[in-house]
Order: sequence, then structure tokens, then C-alpha cells
Amino acid sequence: MARVAVVGVGYSGFNTNTPDLSWKELMYEAAVRAYEDAGINPRRDVDSFVTCAEDVWEGFAIFDEFVPDQLGAVLKPTLTVTADFLYGIATAFMHIKSGLAEIAVVEAHSKASDILTFGNVIKFAFDPVWLRPIGKGHPYYFAALEKSYYSNLRGYCEETYAEVVEKNKKNGRLNPSAPYSGSVTAEDVLNSDPAYYPLRKLEIAERADGAVVFVLASDEVARQLTDTPVWVDGIGWWSETSNYDTMSFTAEYTRKAAEMAYEMAGIEHPARQVDIAEVDDRFAFKEVQHIEALKLAKVGEVDTLLSEGYFSRDGSLPVNVSGGNLSIGNLLEATGGQKALEIVLQLRGEAGKRQVDAEVGVAQAWRYVPTASGAVAVFSR
Amino acid sequence: MFERVRGLKFHKKQDVAIVGAGITLFRRRMNETGKELSYYAVKQALEEAGLEIQDIDMVVMGSAPDAFDGIHMKGEYLLDGAGGSNRPYMRVFVGGGTGVFAPIAGYWHVASGLADVCLVITEEKMSSSHPHPQSAFKYIWDPILDRPLNPNLIWIFALEMRRYMHENNIKHEDIALVSVKNKGNALDHPAAQVAEKITVEDVLNSEPMALPVRRLDVSPPSDGASALIMVAPHIARQLTDEPVWVDGVGWSLDTTWWTNRDLYFPRYVAEAARMAYKMAHITDPRKEIDVAEPYDPFDYKELHHMEGLGLAKKGEAPILTREGVTARDGDLPVCPSGGLLGVGNPIAATMGVKVAELYWQLAYRAGKRQVAKEVTTGVTQAWGDLMQVGTVMVLSNKR
Repeated sequence: MARVAVVGVGYSGFNTNTPDLSWKELMYEAAVRAYEDAGINPRRDVDSFVTCAEDVWEGFAIFDEFVPDQLGAVLKPTLTVTADFLYGIATAFMHIKSGLAEIAVVEAHSKASDILTFGNVIKFAFDPVWLRPIGKGHPYYFAALEKSYYSNLRGYCEETYAEVVEKNKKNGRLNPSAPYSGSVTAEDVLNSDPAYYPLRKLEIAERADGAVVFVLASDEVARQLTDTPVWVDGIGWWSETSNYDTMSFTAEYTRKAAEMAYEMAGIEHPARQVDIAEVDDRFAFKEVQHIEALKLAKVGEVDTLLSEGYFSRDGSLPVNVSGGNLSIGNLLEATGGQKALEIVLQLRGEAGKRQVDAEVGVAQAWRYVPTASGAVAVFSR
Repeated sequence: MFERVRGLKFHKKQDVAIVGAGITLFRRRMNETGKELSYYAVKQALEEAGLEIQDIDMVVMGSAPDAFDGIHMKGEYLLDGAGGSNRPYMRVFVGGGTGVFAPIAGYWHVASGLADVCLVITEEKMSSSHPHPQSAFKYIWDPILDRPLNPNLIWIFALEMRRYMHENNIKHEDIALVSVKNKGNALDHPAAQVAEKITVEDVLNSEPMALPVRRLDVSPPSDGASALIMVAPHIARQLTDEPVWVDGVGWSLDTTWWTNRDLYFPRYVAEAARMAYKMAHITDPRKEIDVAEPYDPFDYKELHHMEGLGLAKKGEAPILTREGVTARDGDLPVCPSGGLLGVGNPIAATMGVKVAELYWQLAYRAGKRQVAKEVTTGVTQAWGDLMQVGTVMVLSNKR
């Protein structure tokens, strides 16, 4: 069985908006950088291309049509997965494991600045009969409901989420591509007004543009290509249900996806064995939820550990060293791409000022409101 | 630059077998929601395979544009009806080619060893799109170069059909034979939407849509769903004595700029077929393939795709059709199910008349639709996007 490695990464962005580049140019920029990084020629070497995109984010009825040219994928096996970047990693992983490909490319991008009425677009993801007609509110109130349910269930208070915001915005200051970073203290967060009670504006990741491209290869090829392959040890993805009334609201999807990925990677004690994690924090409470679901901390203990600096950049298990989505922005389907990118850069030792010492890293992404689906990938050096 | 062995090794972890399939009625308008349609198809496939929903490891969903339903993240919405709750669930999407692409995705779920039992479910509900699903196709064009021309699919297929007829010197009468054959074949399909006994005259006299395309040259919009269960060999042995094996898969995506391509030959299908045949060790498709289910949303498309799949030389497909080679009792039965022209065209759910039909044919379970000759290997194919994507699957009842 072939092991799977990441041999090249490239990204474009991340910016609050990108008036100078179309989404095609973003993709092209990221792809060229990734191919250069891996030292391959896409027209000759790549066996399979995977794009992660959702039609409605893009404003097309069939987005798959607009993929091949800027990736160098014309007349090659190319497909679209309507899911997060980590699902794309899973697909490429399966291509390599099943021998369909030796080198596979995964791409995801966000041109969120093109979306004029973001809230209404999210609303289109709601069940048209049961959920969409409820009220005239912004769909973020569903996240607010989840937050209040989850806080009551676990007994976490507002300070915890404020600390998450402070930590991530501070981490992002060392990241050159984190447009929303800044020195925000927990107190600032607590003093700001809730936008969707109990969710505050500062706890919500703003939107950003960017593209991420990964080149994956089987071990044999990876060793020829690079001296620093980052291995994809495990991958998992999971969906709970599409109904709001039966979702767990405790990120059960991540727990199950993590179990799948950990089993594949042979990790029995994630809290001890994982050195660094990048989790989806498009709402501050989601980071807490996902840390628990990834089993990086015991249920109900995240607030204490967070206050002690356990998850800080210099702590024993740094989470969202990149600044997370709170600093970088909501990258839609490329969210998992930014997570995986950070883990790969950290494991390669190319993370510059925010470098931490790590052997095993975990990237996790959620499919955003109103879903309960997500994916987890385990990388190692 | 580095040196590497060219070409794919196909070192799959395990073989992949199909053990069950399900298909709902194909109708212009169904009262059921997409979730319910998916449920019916899944239930039928599980019953045929003798499995319960608890036995399913992973689920692959295939469904075409969200624009039909007006639901963003349609995959997530359909998840519970399709049996994807509390499982790894992924939706793949290559436009119209999804009907054959979803089972290809199911193939790699099993072949890579990540799943032993994978449920592939394809669903389409086009009737939610008012007044006509063509309005969803308004948004598939390049917004700057194509969309201002207000094109729709019938028009561009008219261009393609005209080019195909011109290049190969084919008359509309020859192309109409495909429609006659498929609508006739569909009379034996219990799910069929527009099966009828027609003549070439009827096709040529039907109302013009965008000449040369006429009403009876095209398949109708439909609602429907279909499901397939793909398993690893050790599971297949426990369930059935006659599994059908996946021998080869292939897919390929051509450039976005359909205006810059010669439309008379589908090179993307040829590329995808090359990959699938290589994997299935097929060198002479015309001799080695016993039954074919190419994609036939328009009658000329079946001929087009036969040539792309190497079942006929360029320009030869109409001749084979005229000589009756492609009839159900012919030497190379093509679309014995009745295809999209006869059974209906719910974009992604056409898996039910393509891959599922081939599975039934090779398992000798197609009932009235069973072809006359003995069959061991079959090929099926779908096509979509802006005349761009070819997805090909080769099945066989011999391992």
C-alpha cells in the first residue's frame, strides 16, 4: 500500500478582497506556486485533479466547467467535490491508494468578496420548507442558537470565547496573510455588543479571498520529488444529519471524522500525540467545540486549559497558530485548505516567525452553517 | 526534473463488485421531494443486495446543479434521505457526467480500502425549476463571453449536431433512427417516462426546437433517483453468486472554451475511454465489448459517443445503427434500456439507465430488456458540463 505525501503547496491571498484578480487568476497563481514547489509539470506529471467548490458560492450553475484551463488540467482526469478542501484531500488520498493516480492535485478557492448578500446565500442552504421561512433574520442566528445551547451544556462562559478571539487575532499578527489580525483583548470582545445574541461580531470570522493548491504523491514518487515530504497519515470525514432538530450541537461530526483519521494514522492518545492543530474557528465557540471533538482536551476542560495558555503559540498544544479564520477570514470551501497549509508549513519548518516545533499535526474543517459535516486530516513529518 | 515510470499502475487494494441497484420512476414532475426519491432508490438497492442501511460504510452522492432545486449545498440537504446520516458522506459533481461519475467515486472508495460497502446514490429533481429547467442552464456560461448571447443547451447542441452531420455527411433520417430505437426499447422499462413506438417520419415532422434539433430528438427533463451498492470481494461472495465487477474507470475534462473546439468528435470521451480500457486491458473495444450504454440525451449524442468510445470508427456509428447492429438483438446492443431518450433524463440519476442497467444486463437480471446475445463485458459512459466531460466505466461479469 502506497503512503500518501504532500509534496507541494501553493497559495494565493489571503485578502479581504481581490479587485485585481479574478477567481481564475487566484487559482492559477496558487497552482503555479504549488507546481513550482513540487517541481512538477502539470501537463505531464499529474494523474488526477480535484477541485472543491460549491456552485452557489461561485454564482454558477455548473462550476466544474471552469476548472481545467487555469490548473493545467485540460483533457486530464478532473473532478469537483462539492465540499471543503479536506474532502478533496480525502479524494486525492483515495486516488493514490487505489492506484488511479500517482500524483494528484487538490485545489480550493474563495472569492467571497464577489458575494453581495452573503446571508441570503447561506439561507439558500436551509431546508426550503422548514427553515428558510423562519423569520427575516440573518442565518448567523442559527450559529448563535448553537452557541447558547453548547455553552449551557458544557458550562463555558463568554470569557472563554473572548480568549479564543484574543489568542487567534494575536497569532495572526505573525502571519503575513492574515488580514483580520490585530491586537484585540478579551475585554474588548466582552465589551462589544452582541450582533446575534449571544454571538458578538468579533467572534465571527469575516470573509476573505484566496486559493490553496496541494500536490499529493505516492511515497515512491514523493521521495524522488522532495526531501521533506509531509505524510498524510489519516483522513476522515463525517456527516451527522441535515436537520437542525436532530444535530448534536457538540460537533459530533468532527469526533467521528477524527476517530476515523486517528485510527488510520494509528494515533491512540490524540491529546498526547498531536503536537499542533488547526481547527475551524469561523465562530469563536466552534474552536472550543472542535478542540473537544478532536479529543485534544477532555470535555469541559477547554476553558481552563485556554486560560493557562495551553493552546497558545508557546503552549504545549498550539491551536490555530496561523491565526485561524478569525485572523485570516472565512475562506468558504478553502477553509480546510488554509488549515492544512499551515500544518504542512509548520511540519516542513517553513512557517517563518510563527514556527513551532511539531511532528504530528491535525487539520480540521467544518462545512459551515447550516450543516453538521466536517473532515479531519492528520499529517506527520 | 525527475524520472518516473509513465502511466498508471492501478495497484488497487481490492477489487470492486456491484451487488445491487435501485431506480425510481422517471417522471416530468414527481410529488416526492429529492430526499424521498433518494430514499426509494436506496431502499430498492438495499433489498436487491440483501443488506440493511446499517451495513453501509460510506455514501457517495451524485447530483447535478444546485440551481435546479434552489438549494445551496444540495448534497448536505439530501443527506438524510440518501442514507448518509452518521456516515462518511461526500458529493461529487461533474455536471451532466455525474450519472456515471458517482459510481466511479464509489469505485475508489472501495478500491482504496477505505470502505468495504459503499452506497452510491444519484438524485435529480428538475421540476422545482420553474417554468423549465433550462432556466437553470442560463448560469452555466462564461458570464462575460457567452452569457450575453443568451444561449441555451438546445442551441449549442444544435451547433454540435450540425457540425457532426456536416463533417461525416450524415442525414437527419439516420440520426432519427436512434430516437426510434431507444424510445422503442424503453417500452420494456418499468420506470420509463416517454417510451413510445414512433417512426423516422414522426421525428422529422416533430416541432423544431433549434434546427436541426426537433422535439423527438431530445430527452425530456425528469425527476428521479437511482442507487447502486458497491462492495469489496469478500462481501460480494457472501451476498451473491453473480456479482458484476468494475473492470475500468476513466474520466476526463476538456477545456472550458467549447467555442474553440471542433465539436464533431468528443475527444474528452475518447480520453476517458482510453483510461478505462487501459485499466480493463481492452485493446479492441469493438470486439471485446458486448453491450454498451453510452449517454443519449440527444439522438446524435449516442452516435457521437459510440465513436468516442471506439465502438465505431468516425462517421461509422450511423451506419451500424441503420444496419441494426445496435438493436437489442443485434451484434452490439446499444442503450438496451431505452436510454435517456426513452426512459427520461434526470441528469445525475441517469445512473439508473446507464450503470445500473449495465449491471442488470451483465447479471442477466434485465428481464424483458435482456439483450439476445451472451454478455461478459459492457461499457457505459456519460457526458456533461459544456460538452466537456467524459466519464466511462467498464463492467464485466468475469473477474
